Amino acid sequence: MNKLIKFILTFVSAIALILTSTSISFAKVVGDKIILGAAVSLTGKYSTNGKHTQNGYNMAVERINSMGGVKVGGKTYKFDIIYYDDESNSGRAAQLAERLIKQDGVQYMLGPYSSGLTKAMAPVTEENKIPMVEANGASRSLFTKGYKYLFAVLSPANQYLEVAIDLAVEKNGGPVDIAMAFEQDAFSQDVRLGIVDAAKRTGSKIIIDDKLPKELNDMAATLAKVKATKPDVLVVSGHSKGALTAIRQISEMKVDVPMLAMTHCDASKLAKQHGKNSEYALCAAQWHKELTYSDDFFGNGIKFDKDFNALYGYAPPYQAAESAAALLVYKDAFERANSTDKEKVRDALAKTDMETFYGNVKFGDGGQNTAKPMVLFQVRCEGDTCANKLVAPTKWASHKLVHPIPSWSSR
Amino acid sequence: MKKILLYSVLLIFGLVAPFLFPAFKLQISFLWILIILAMTWDVQGGQMGYNTFGNILFFGIGMYLCAGIQIGMFFPLAEWTVSGGEKTFVHTPTQYFQGFFVGLVAAGIIPAIVAGLIGYGILGLRGHYFAICTLALGIAAGEIAGGIELIGAGQGMTSPPWPKNIGDTELRSEFFYYICFVLMIATFVFLRWAYTTRFGLVLNAIRDNEDKAEAMGIYTMRYKIIGWVVSAFFVGMAGGLMGNMVGYIEPTEVAFAGPTFGVFMILMAILGGKGTLWGPVIGATVFHLFKEGFWTFFLGWQYVALGVLIVVIVVFFPEGIMGWLREKYPEKFGEVIDEADRKAQVELK
Amino acid sequence: MPPKFIGGIFFTNFMDLLIFKAPILMVQASMDGILLGILFALIAYGMALQWGVMNIINIAQGELVIMGGYVAYFMYVIGIHPAFGVIVSPIIMYFVGVGLYKLVINKVVDRDLFISILATFGISILTQQLMNFIFGADVVVAQSNFGTTMLFDNSVTLPNSKIFSALVSVIVAIVLVIYMKKSKLGRAIRATAQNSRAAKILGVDTEKVYAATFGINAALCGVAGSLIAITFTLHPYVGLPYTVRSFMIVIVAGLGNLPGVAISGMGLGVFEEFADYLLGTEFRIGAVFLLLVLILVYRRFKLSRKREYLK
Repeated sequence: MNKLIKFILTFVSAIALILTSTSISFAKVVGDKIILGAAVSLTGKYSTNGKHTQNGYNMAVERINSMGGVKVGGKTYKFDIIYYDDESNSGRAAQLAERLIKQDGVQYMLGPYSSGLTKAMAPVTEENKIPMVEANGASRSLFTKGYKYLFAVLSPANQYLEVAIDLAVEKNGGPVDIAMAFEQDAFSQDVRLGIVDAAKRTGSKIIIDDKLPKELNDMAATLAKVKATKPDVLVVSGHSKGALTAIRQISEMKVDVPMLAMTHCDASKLAKQHGKNSEYALCAAQWHKELTYSDDFFGNGIKFDKDFNALYGYAPPYQAAESAAALLVYKDAFERANSTDKEKVRDALAKTDMETFYGNVKFGDGGQNTAKPMVLFQVRCEGDTCANKLVAPTKWASHKLVHPIPSWSSR
Repeated sequence: MKKILLYSVLLIFGLVAPFLFPAFKLQISFLWILIILAMTWDVQGGQMGYNTFGNILFFGIGMYLCAGIQIGMFFPLAEWTVSGGEKTFVHTPTQYFQGFFVGLVAAGIIPAIVAGLIGYGILGLRGHYFAICTLALGIAAGEIAGGIELIGAGQGMTSPPWPKNIGDTELRSEFFYYICFVLMIATFVFLRWAYTTRFGLVLNAIRDNEDKAEAMGIYTMRYKIIGWVVSAFFVGMAGGLMGNMVGYIEPTEVAFAGPTFGVFMILMAILGGKGTLWGPVIGATVFHLFKEGFWTFFLGWQYVALGVLIVVIVVFFPEGIMGWLREKYPEKFGEVIDEADRKAQVELK
Repeated sequence: MPPKFIGGIFFTNFMDLLIFKAPILMVQASMDGILLGILFALIAYGMALQWGVMNIINIAQGELVIMGGYVAYFMYVIGIHPAFGVIVSPIIMYFVGVGLYKLVINKVVDRDLFISILATFGISILTQQLMNFIFGADVVVAQSNFGTTMLFDNSVTLPNSKIFSALVSVIVAIVLVIYMKKSKLGRAIRATAQNSRAAKILGVDTEKVYAATFGINAALCGVAGSLIAITFTLHPYVGLPYTVRSFMIVIVAGLGNLPGVAISGMGLGVFEEFADYLLGTEFRIGAVFLLLVLILVYRRFKLSRKREYLK
């Protein structure tokens, strides 16, 4: 056993050596850099939107750094982000949050993509008292837990499509029949809760309530039920894949519903990929480029859209915009706190009240953004080019809502 | 004598590690969990020759059970998980620890019972049919758990947070660190003992030739089931711990995480050398070091690296690190080369 | 609170659906299931072929399908109708398959099945990630604009793209069967499947046969992939469900049993659609996998009983 024991002992001491030599640089501020930590989905099922998130973060960091950086205590700092890939896996996200905080010494966190992953990371940041400004975790349950260090620049998920139900009830002149199909994940299920609440409030009836498995790329069965029961509103939510699958099969099966409400239309480039088939789909979004908010860094939505397009070659979905806004919030908080102490930064974050190109940001008690409305847009086509046109809220609406959707036979 | 030295060095290393490397406490706790997973997989995959993909089933069951009992003992579970877990009840320290230990024990026992119940049907399958059947079992469990409202369905469920008024996060990490460490040691010691008994011999006989073993009058099914029950017990407890450490239980990504932990446990065992006591331990350690040390910096390329690694390991080193060592130094593994016999053969020539 | 629901449909409406809408739903579900199943059967046939010939279980099957789909998608992007992918994609995928064989698969052919499972699992996550880098992380679709066939006064709709897929799958399968029966290579493949050593002795270059088999399997995946591009969606990470379903079909049907593969493929499709109606969409995939477990366990008891009789 001699050799074997030697081998194992060398092995153990090697591990010990590696662990100790991995110098733990408490990296909250290194030189003139403020280090932020982020885990984003670069691989796996959320990689589409993870990329949008990362692009949003990167663009904002670049913009803030090139426009003078962050001024704290008379000194100018630059932002820098440590990225990890969370593999679209919530277990991994929690583990990486722990790693960013404990091993990399990160003192300020940015959020991952999707509610589920944010839900996994929030307990970790909360326990370690690390402020996290997140831009993509909309689940309502994040804001009812009394988290003190979690700040979301976006509106809770249950608000996404509530307005759509209200609109349907208004147009219908009374309660409506709702059919819904939601993916089995934290975000979509939270949108569902919003619909359930809205249905209760308006006395509407939910006649189909399907939960789509995550791997599902076929919702023909749900749509057949919809055809058979003829509801007034069909609500579908399932990230990018859900949106694309729904439109493909609705158009192929010629499902006629007066209102089709969805999420993730811009992230999945619905209007471009499905063209006329996606027309009249009503989509909820956190942001639309035509909103008339502005700030010093990105100008306004239109300008952000143009700059983002020039940099990454596609129109920014709201996921990118809200991610960029998270950095603006951080910058503002650092400068108001005038310190890099995380407790002071947290207090400053809690008092945030600012306008960005993305919308006003003001955090409620639970950390959710209370100052910003959700917007609804409808896919509308002129000739063969389709685009998302704002229909609600009325303050910014460029088009009127088409209701009911013309039947397939007359299109 | 040297063995005792080795074990005591390792034991002391494990005991003082959280104070030597405070930043890595959770990281090392994960390593202990991974070692448990690799060792228990090896009971089937290595010692018994039954390549299972399904041990992740017990991991998930244990995780949900432990968290469910922790909550359900003191508060209504349905209210905890309703609406994506909007309500939070706060455990007092006594409630927390009572719930935790009851939950942990249940997380060991109930998966073991499940393994015993389904074992008769499933362990009768042979070869790849067994592999695929267990694969399907794991996936089905994840999908079904994602449909059950009581445990949060697709929204996932949070395990109870660490009680507020006792110590800080360091205490929490230390608590879980030692629980993981103890469980790992218990698994190791138990399996080490079990492999020396008749049970271990029968497992190896099943691996080498099941029909022959049966023909010799061994009721193999009984031993196969016992082996699975043992695995399920430890994996279930590991799952219960994991759920508490991660803090958020998601049906397909954390609990019944076939594509990650389900495959990792196989890979680790093969990397270290299946069918040996130390192989899974070494495999898990190397794997975890590699994964946390290098892959996280690859940002997407880690999957390419993992893919290449898997192919290289299974194609070129199916015997793993221990197998390689054994090839090189057979005498260190107690394979005695009979000098007289060798000489006799030489003389014959 | 909304009323308690049974199987995804609220109880109040359940009876209504069951009594009045049932015939239409049944027809729709069966048709959807059959069309879906034929497509799965095509993928499964490729798997059965290489499983039977080379004794390899290919976890990367789904990734080959998705890769084939991307070929069709890029034809669509540059302005060619994606349906032509059915011709182009198998040609490209054949060479991908042969290349893969030369690189990795040839080293696992004679080994334990479990090694091939793990090795192809490695290939699977490798290709997923490479596809993510090469084709981008976006979910994409290719438009065929084939329109829709409506039956029974517009109450049952069948997308023409699905009918097209089913037709193409059937044609490809028939061509392949004839090819296997008549051609020299086909006979060599069948001979190798029956007894590779004997075939080798009789002058069959088994190495070449294996490469060709894996190439044909990849080509079949290419056809299926380009059909999926026009009927469903493509994303680098959605290959696994196709792999697992083709497994199931092969196991139920047995190796080298093409009619069996077709029937069990359709059966699976129909089962999925009906599970969706009766249990609710959330249990659809779970039900499929549970069915697989049950089939396997049932098979075991049936076989063990036979063994007892033999005693």
